[in-house]
Amino acid sequence: MTLSDTADTAARQRWMAVLARASAADIARHLADAPPLPAHRRLRGPETGLVMVRGRAGGDGAPFNLGEMTVTRCTVRVESGAIGHAHTAGRDHGQAEIAAVLDALMQDGAWRERLEALVIAPLEAAQAERRAETARRAAATKVEFFTMTQMR
Amino acid sequence: MYVATKGGEKAIGAAHAWLDEVRRGDPAQPELTTTQVEQQLGLAVDRVMAEGSCHDRGLAALAVKQSRGDLIEAAFLLRAYRTTLPRFGASLPLDTNAMAIQRRISATYKDLPGGQVLGPTFDYTHRLLDFRLAAEGGLPAGAPQGEPDPSPTPRVTELLAQDGLMQREAPEESEPGDLTRQPLSFPADRPLRLQALARGDEGFLLSLGYSTQRGYGGNHPFVGEIRMGEIAVEFVPEELGFAVDLGDITITECQMVNQFKGSRTEPPQFTRGYGLVFGHGERKAMSMALVDRALRSPELGEGSEAPAQQQEFVLSHCDNVEATGFVEHLKLPHYVDFQSELENVRTMRAAAMKERGE
Repeated sequence: MTLSDTADTAARQRWMAVLARASAADIARHLADAPPLPAHRRLRGPETGLVMVRGRAGGDGAPFNLGEMTVTRCTVRVESGAIGHAHTAGRDHGQAEIAAVLDALMQDGAWRERLEALVIAPLEAAQAERRAETARRAAATKVEFFTMTQMR
Repeated sequence: MYVATKGGEKAIGAAHAWLDEVRRGDPAQPELTTTQVEQQLGLAVDRVMAEGSCHDRGLAALAVKQSRGDLIEAAFLLRAYRTTLPRFGASLPLDTNAMAIQRRISATYKDLPGGQVLGPTFDYTHRLLDFRLAAEGGLPAGAPQGEPDPSPTPRVTELLAQDGLMQREAPEESEPGDLTRQPLSFPADRPLRLQALARGDEGFLLSLGYSTQRGYGGNHPFVGEIRMGEIAVEFVPEELGFAVDLGDITITECQMVNQFKGSRTEPPQFTRGYGLVFGHGERKAMSMALVDRALRSPELGEGSEAPAQQQEFVLSHCDNVEATGFVEHLKLPHYVDFQSELENVRTMRAAAMKERGE
């Protein structure tokens, strides 16, 4: 794998991760200001199945099967010929399909810039804010032991 | 023996229609939505996902509603549903060190690097019924927010391992066995045992864990660390060849730290019992960790006299869907079986009466 392949993969992993965490309604709302999306053809799905989630013994030992989760996947081809994939937790076929379409379009330079600004970046920011809010709530429940300095 | 019978369809239909009405309750009351179940009975949903061995909050909430809150019935419904879906593959092993922590406590180190975080817990509540909740008292006051500490939160077990005081896990990357594909056979290795425990009944594992504390195979446990939070699940689709995030799930992890006297090959040190469950399931994760450690006792040369140390006993009985299936099948018609038993008892009784008369 060349350096640019690696960078491309990392970029693609990023937008796929953002889309996997966004509902179909969230994505649609951000697409409201985008030009109409080109037609696409479904190559596979959307279909719901299971992924076996694995953990590790002791947190860092041998892998074991923890239990399954529902996942919906979809593969599409857009007019330009680009193929988009999506694998998203849950059973939302609408989410998986639009995520696959955007994955295909994000591989095209002109679309990428527009969709990055309209969809990916704002969704990513909203997701980061949600995580940050949880972290702030957790921080408020952090225990301060007043004896700590004396104990040392 | 079972015998095919006909008839009863009308009675069964009427029974199920009544069940539907009883489930709904007084029609003057608003109907419970599955979203309300998911949001407001979240720990029931978590338990059903863990024991149903399928992470999907919406499906688990539906199962809780359909089962009228019978959580074992709900786990059964979820297990049945999962058999209708294809398996796309297995995730990369979760990196619980990368969890976005909502709760993290240790009973072994007060001044743990990264700190102790209580999270949304029942601990330290007074366990007094709160009648404000019965009065539909509007929205809660709102939780305060603090400044997150960016310092790392290393595992307690790792801190001990760095000092050589904690047995390290074997570096092992082989494909784990899967008891949903291959029925359990004994002895089962640790990955298979952990899978069985992760989907095992919370009550059964709680009692077994408790039994080890009361001396039936005691293993001197300390809660090294419990953490709960969200974690990304990564999956490598064949067509892409690189990992993608499927989304985040909430999990609870428990690391029990247990004394080990040492053996011929190993010096005295601490050993781990491990618990990991879907959702916020602290009691289950702790029980799992106690039982995991108890099941390691034969390999650590500590014997296997206590019930919690006997893997065939523990693993064959910890699954509540299997257990309820076998116990509840006793309700099904056993007419022919019983006829032959009846004959038997009559014959034995006649013989005994005759003997007494002689």
